[in-house]
Amino acid sequence: MIEKALKGGRGYWTWVAFLLVVIGLGVSAYARQMTIGLGVTGMGRDISWGVYIAQFTFLVGVAASAVMLVLPYYLHNQKVFSKIVIVGEFLAVSAALMCMLFILADMGRPDRVLNVLLYPSPHSMVFWDVMVLNGYLFLNLISGWAVLGAERKGVAPAPWVKALIYISIPWAFSIHTVTAFLFAGLPGRHLWLTAVLAPRFLASAFAAGTAILILITFILKKVAKFDAGQEPRLKLAVLSSYAGLANLFFLGTEFFTAFYSNIPAHKHSLQYLFFGLEGHAPLVPWMWFSLITGIISVGVLLSPPLRRNNAALIAACIGLVVSIWIDKGMGLIFGGFVPTPLEAIVDYMPTATEISVTLGIWAIGLLVLTMLLKTAIAVKTQE
Amino acid sequence: MSQNRREFLKKAGLGALAGLGAAAGLFPAFALEPTDSSGFTDAPVPGKVRWGMLVDTRKCLGNCTECIVRCHHDHNVPDFGHTKSEVKWIWKSGYENAFPTASTQFQNPEVLERQVLTLCNHCTEPPCTKACPTEATFKRWDGIVSIDYHRCIGCRFCMAACPYGSRSFNWQDPRPHIKELSNTYPTRMRGVVEKCNFCSERLVKGELPACVVSCAENALTFGDLNDPNSEIRKMLAANETMQRKPELGTLPSVFYII
Repeated sequence: MIEKALKGGRGYWTWVAFLLVVIGLGVSAYARQMTIGLGVTGMGRDISWGVYIAQFTFLVGVAASAVMLVLPYYLHNQKVFSKIVIVGEFLAVSAALMCMLFILADMGRPDRVLNVLLYPSPHSMVFWDVMVLNGYLFLNLISGWAVLGAERKGVAPAPWVKALIYISIPWAFSIHTVTAFLFAGLPGRHLWLTAVLAPRFLASAFAAGTAILILITFILKKVAKFDAGQEPRLKLAVLSSYAGLANLFFLGTEFFTAFYSNIPAHKHSLQYLFFGLEGHAPLVPWMWFSLITGIISVGVLLSPPLRRNNAALIAACIGLVVSIWIDKGMGLIFGGFVPTPLEAIVDYMPTATEISVTLGIWAIGLLVLTMLLKTAIAVKTQE
Repeated sequence: MSQNRREFLKKAGLGALAGLGAAAGLFPAFALEPTDSSGFTDAPVPGKVRWGMLVDTRKCLGNCTECIVRCHHDHNVPDFGHTKSEVKWIWKSGYENAFPTASTQFQNPEVLERQVLTLCNHCTEPPCTKACPTEATFKRWDGIVSIDYHRCIGCRFCMAACPYGSRSFNWQDPRPHIKELSNTYPTRMRGVVEKCNFCSERLVKGELPACVVSCAENALTFGDLNDPNSEIRKMLAANETMQRKPELGTLPSVFYII
């Protein structure tokens, strides 16, 4: 079936070539990192995680958001999603793949990655994260591919496919819960040490992931003449708006607890991110941009006349994705390390090498997504 | 003191004996002499010994770095000349940095200006070993939190988990940056985490940690926290002491007299 991804027009191949160039750039930057060490990144003794772990966190959410299509379609028989359920599943596959590549890029000794399986440690949240992420990737790849294959032959999917799909629904919640637990169980990192982190991760994931799905349907409509239809888009927009609202609410509760209780350690990271701490305020403009964009975008998505306007819908989706990417893909990780356990305030700035590796991994994910969606659309339009 | 030292030597030597005994048991053909099974009654019991350290901040001189220099030399700790990629096993921190939740209002200014020795706390409930996905960092039978540099995958979860900032990562190859190579402890490679090991390589020979013996002021006391008759326990009972961030429940094995 994948051979269908090898048949495309000029625009398709230009896009693939562009992605290959970015991947090449990323690979060469990674080669530099492998030669010199992680010292080529902006990370250091105090800010020991950076862009890589931040992208990983954001993308686990994107992967989990496939459930926003799978759940209503398979559990609630919402037929409007029939054309795009596969888009969600394949988005999950490529996002989960990027997650794993970002973890690999962040490792000091990637040559020893199999130690995680060789010495399984159930007390470590990383162990569980590796398990659920791999499981989720294969659940979505196998079930998506099997349903598509059946559709190509014009038959009903095998019964075992349904079982995999049903398993993938709670599994989607588990991947982002476990990802939150990577952070929420660490003593002494007050930005992360909060019970609301897992719910907030799920809310921001379903908001940003669903917005990405809406944007993909617009892109497919434009470049592949594959229209998922206005109705599923609007349903997704409603889901995205409420998830976005929940995310803003959770952020508000974080502010309340930190600032009303007035406990310094609970306030420090939020102060650093939103107001600056002891003269250090590198992320302040980013965080306010994220917050304001997030509020406006959720407002647009909540308003029925505005979200029916395609231009407003696209703008709101982009706004929401950017807002949550800044919040989760930057602020949450960098801010979690400030102040350090010894009360130092250290700023982090990613290097060109680090950004190149990051772009390379994104390009790999987009290439996989492009090929999977190309195949899916070829099957669906019976090319 | 001499009584205490004899007691110390007996305990520290046990680990070495047990190790040799186990090796001989595994490969009887290579045993130098027949195994004396009576020795195994003294085999290490997890949790029986808990090594600990007491830092007397009153005696520790502000600008003295003897213990740091000695430790970093003996353990081949590299010096990159900047803080970003810094590797450190023992270092000095300001009073308020070491004890951020301790009371500082109207505190004696001399105390607030003290430089406090900070190192791995060898916690009884270590958050770092829990976070490690490969058991590369683990708690030994004698309470020391140790690292297997050959198993570490460099994910740095232990660094995020440590609430004391005690762990360092090798952001680049450390070997070219070791000022003077020492044959007392192996060098590390790029991409793994390291930290203070309470000089387990010296304990096994019945020697006190390098920092302890290097201190001219006798500001550091090392011993078995599980032995009520050890010098460290007597000093803990006789003095007002503090642990770093006790509210986190990690039960540090490093104590401070303020």
